[in-house]
Amino acid sequence: MTLRTLKGIVLKIGFWLLVAVLMVYAIFPFYYALVTSLKPSSELFQVSYWVDSVDFSNYATVLSQPTFLAAIRNSVIVAVSVVLIALLLGLTAAWALGRVRFRGRTTVMMIVLGVSMFPQVAVLSGLFEVIRTLDLYNSPGGLILSYTIFTLPFTVWILTTFMRQLPDELEEAAIVDGASPWVTLTKVFMPLLWPAMATTGLLAFIAAWNEFLFALTFTLTDSQRTVPVAIALISGGSQYELPWGPIMAASVIVTVPLVVLVVIFQRRIVSGLTAGAVKG
Amino acid sequence: MAGVKLERVNKRFGSTRVIDDVSMAIGDGEFVVFVGPSGCGKSTLLRLIAGLESITNGDLLIDEQRVNNLTPQERGIGMVFQSYALYPHMSVYQNIAFGLKLAKTDKQTVDERVRQTARILQLDGLLERLPKALSGGQRQRVAIGRAMAREPKILLFDEPLSNLDAALRVQTRNEIAGLHKRLGSTMIYVTHDQVEAMTLADRIVVLNAGHVEQIGTPQELYERPASRFVAGFIGSPRMNFIHVEARTGNDRGCRINVPGVGERDLPQQLPADAVGERLELGVRPEHLHLTPAAQGEGVEVVNVEYLGSEAYLYLQMADGELLVCRTEAPSRFERGERVTLDFDADKVHLFDGEGRALPVADAARRSDRHSEQAPT
Repeated sequence: MTLRTLKGIVLKIGFWLLVAVLMVYAIFPFYYALVTSLKPSSELFQVSYWVDSVDFSNYATVLSQPTFLAAIRNSVIVAVSVVLIALLLGLTAAWALGRVRFRGRTTVMMIVLGVSMFPQVAVLSGLFEVIRTLDLYNSPGGLILSYTIFTLPFTVWILTTFMRQLPDELEEAAIVDGASPWVTLTKVFMPLLWPAMATTGLLAFIAAWNEFLFALTFTLTDSQRTVPVAIALISGGSQYELPWGPIMAASVIVTVPLVVLVVIFQRRIVSGLTAGAVKG
Repeated sequence: MAGVKLERVNKRFGSTRVIDDVSMAIGDGEFVVFVGPSGCGKSTLLRLIAGLESITNGDLLIDEQRVNNLTPQERGIGMVFQSYALYPHMSVYQNIAFGLKLAKTDKQTVDERVRQTARILQLDGLLERLPKALSGGQRQRVAIGRAMAREPKILLFDEPLSNLDAALRVQTRNEIAGLHKRLGSTMIYVTHDQVEAMTLADRIVVLNAGHVEQIGTPQELYERPASRFVAGFIGSPRMNFIHVEARTGNDRGCRINVPGVGERDLPQQLPADAVGERLELGVRPEHLHLTPAAQGEGVEVVNVEYLGSEAYLYLQMADGELLVCRTEAPSRFERGERVTLDFDADKVHLFDGEGRALPVADAARRSDRHSEQAPT
């Protein structure tokens, strides 16, 4: 065996070791949550890294709580609404910012970008007053409004970037064919922007699904809470008990939709994130 | 009938004048080509007619009706873009049908029109394909199909052949010519390629820096260019320009001194007060005549290009100018030989200091025509 082939083998082993480390780093927390959720509470504090026996009692406990089911329903309503509103507004805004020449276009883009840089805490109290005034406190509406504020900037930015890459002549061809701006947007541009829309839509969905601070602040009653808050507020039999089992089961339940969505849109996301990087 | 009329049309982008007082009338069924160097405003002029740019001032009339403020669709135009601009996510059928559907045509008519268009353009078997599965020439035909499916009064072409390779370009050029004959609709075509202009056009509009240099049939432009610009732009290889000095001149003709050739009488009218001015003589490469010269006389042949059917000789003048002469192939002369120049006095052009062509005296023109008819 020559030194060169040996070196190749060592490099290959090193590479896969690195991959393994990264995989463990990324997946282990979720894996441990999964393992914990499948244990009965009596075995909770025996450390084991494999699933010895499957026990669904934690899932049964969580799913039998009406407040948790209500929280899932609220989360779905909020996240889906946020995605739809953000995509609709983002697409139309991107058309204006990417396609129509007007004075102050760059300024608008900069303001949009600037808004997205505010930390959530900075706008919390102000936003609270707004939501109180609009009578949206303790309702999904308040969360939809506040999440949309934070998802719109990046939706607009990403979609505008993609919109600008579409050739001008395509729009002109549509105009010559007699298409109104709305028809051009929906029939010509939207099908071409699908990868970008899937990407931004998914990012918006994840942001809305996982958000905690606003969800905690702008809701009061159990029936209006979203999943992250509901999980945090799951309590045990006494104030000295933290019910790890049900918490982990709940975490797994709410992570599954995200994983499913990512798998479905995986292709689109990859092509969305790389499209336009190279001409082709 | 769908004639197009431009009356003192202007276009400004900010303070830059892109189109400067352009007026012309295009007849029904005519094939007009806008030609000019890049940046001359030919595409902008087409876009003004299409309605993709707004006219700053002046009037645009289609069918004697002012259309300045109408949309492209209301003007009844169809347009073929340089990059084709096919809708990438729609099949050939959907691409062609898109405009018809937007016009709320009923389904059966749409289907009939699409199939008829496809038949004319030989796209029958390709209707279900996506644009990415088509070759360049096929995409080109789909783009034309999309433009003509709505049966527009006027078809506009914006450099439609520039993305095709040379062989396909000749073929598609012929197809477009055939299409015009068959449809009989008014067509306006923009190109920077003078061969396309000469072969396709009923009339050519030569544009330069936003204004019209000359409008005329290909033959008129070639034989009677109105300016030095047109003379230099139309024809390949380019017309030769030689600085000359006027000796005498009146309304029947003039006498000029051509360096290296001597004094010659030309049929061009020259005002007597212009005698002594520097003029430019324009000679087409095929109108230069060469005879062998003794060593140390005449001009040198610096290069010979053999093209099979003809040959181009490049001649170095005393002032450094390079002249081109078109001769039969193989050429009688070789590189390094010296030749004496001459030209047909009735086939040359004379341009004044501002580049305008001097008019030919009537008597001379008559004799010119006479000599053309006489067998030689």
